[in-house]
Amino acid sequence: MNLVFDQVQFSAGRFLLEISTSVEGKAIGLFGDSGAGKTSTVELLAGLRRAQTGKILVDDVVLSDASRRYHLAPEKRSLGYVPQDGALFPHLNVLENLRYGRSASPSANPAFKWDALAETLRITPLLERRITALSGGERQRVALARALLTSPRLLLLDEPLSSLDATHTTSILQMLKTIRDELHVPLIYVSHQPEELVALCDHVIVLDRGRITAIGQPSQIFEPCSAFRYRRKSPPSAPST
Amino acid sequence: MHENLQITAFSLLVAAAGTALILPGGIALGWLLARKTWPGKALVETLVALPLVIPPVATGLILLKLFGRNGIFGAWLSQTFGVDIVFTWKAVVLAAAVMALPLLVRTVRVAFEEVPTRLEHVARTLGSGPWRVFFTVSLPLAARGICAGGVLAFARALGEFGATVMIAGFIPGETVTLSLGIYHHVQLGQDDRALVLLVISAALAFAAVAVSEYLLRRRDRAS
Repeated sequence: MNLVFDQVQFSAGRFLLEISTSVEGKAIGLFGDSGAGKTSTVELLAGLRRAQTGKILVDDVVLSDASRRYHLAPEKRSLGYVPQDGALFPHLNVLENLRYGRSASPSANPAFKWDALAETLRITPLLERRITALSGGERQRVALARALLTSPRLLLLDEPLSSLDATHTTSILQMLKTIRDELHVPLIYVSHQPEELVALCDHVIVLDRGRITAIGQPSQIFEPCSAFRYRRKSPPSAPST
Repeated sequence: MHENLQITAFSLLVAAAGTALILPGGIALGWLLARKTWPGKALVETLVALPLVIPPVATGLILLKLFGRNGIFGAWLSQTFGVDIVFTWKAVVLAAAVMALPLLVRTVRVAFEEVPTRLEHVARTLGSGPWRVFFTVSLPLAARGICAGGVLAFARALGEFGATVMIAGFIPGETVTLSLGIYHHVQLGQDDRALVLLVISAALAFAAVAVSEYLLRRRDRAS
């Protein structure tokens, strides 16, 4: 996957999000503190927000180009989006949630077969359950399956493990690796946990108050110590002193 | 007894027709106010809320001026369709609808505001266009609030008096609702007959508010 943000600016309330970069990888992480602009970046990619300036491309497909007032609608981007809590529809049961995405996308890729996904994500026993009867881990598995059933060209994951305990975190991380390596679905993974990014991503973009402060492989970004402190790098355009 | 039944049935029909008349527009307006920013939004909000704050007879007078034979809408309806509104049952429905609209729109607006936007966002990324998102996510999740608003609007329409008496007058068998009937009987010193209509009104209003409260409580539990 090749992800390009070309001079993108977006007013994200408290600050101006300004990103301009080109990254290639199977799983790209977005790292930063709360309010750094991670979720805004993901929402720009998903088409849920419109950038004031700049262009966004994924694998040479233009998703938005402010100079031409072009904005591909979210339903036409083929990007699976899994927010923090999974955002399952509470008025539908698990099966109906899974069918929601599939029925809305008539050109579903046969590579994303129901049986394979049900086995990978272990959702078969959950199908008749109500959403309120699911644990946090089960919700995330259902949300992942729902997004994958639409045959997305990539998955946007916004802190999907933040509310899970250690056991569920390990289990979902393993499933995400399977999705990345066996289903060949690239991931954009938002987190403020370095451990998750090290385990999953081949590149990490570090954001701080709307600006990119570092880009690189997780091993370059995070110090090899238990605290996982990351080195802040100057933006490429900043003059060296 | 027959007269009381006729008045009760007429009042229920008028309240139901008035509520049905404003329901589609009220839902659309409630959604627009909850989800969109547009020029003139504050003005529309104020206009919709007006019947709540100005005296009902004043609202009735405005309707009389607008829908009378020489009014903007009244003249157009009369010349185009040959339909007269004032001092007919249609005026009773119109008054009930206008007076109930603010309650409906306010409740519907809150119901849509309580639907988490992230669910609508996720529905878009799952391949649904804005209309499908509205009918499959927003509307079902706001349904209980909308029903509660409809019941409240129905109850308000059922008890309407001031605007009705201005635009529809008191025409036995044609425009007399429970409220007008009570007023009329009291004016004539027929307190016992007024009391019967009062009990019917109170029972209907109690049932409507109880249903509305039940729906709102269920919505709170669900959310």
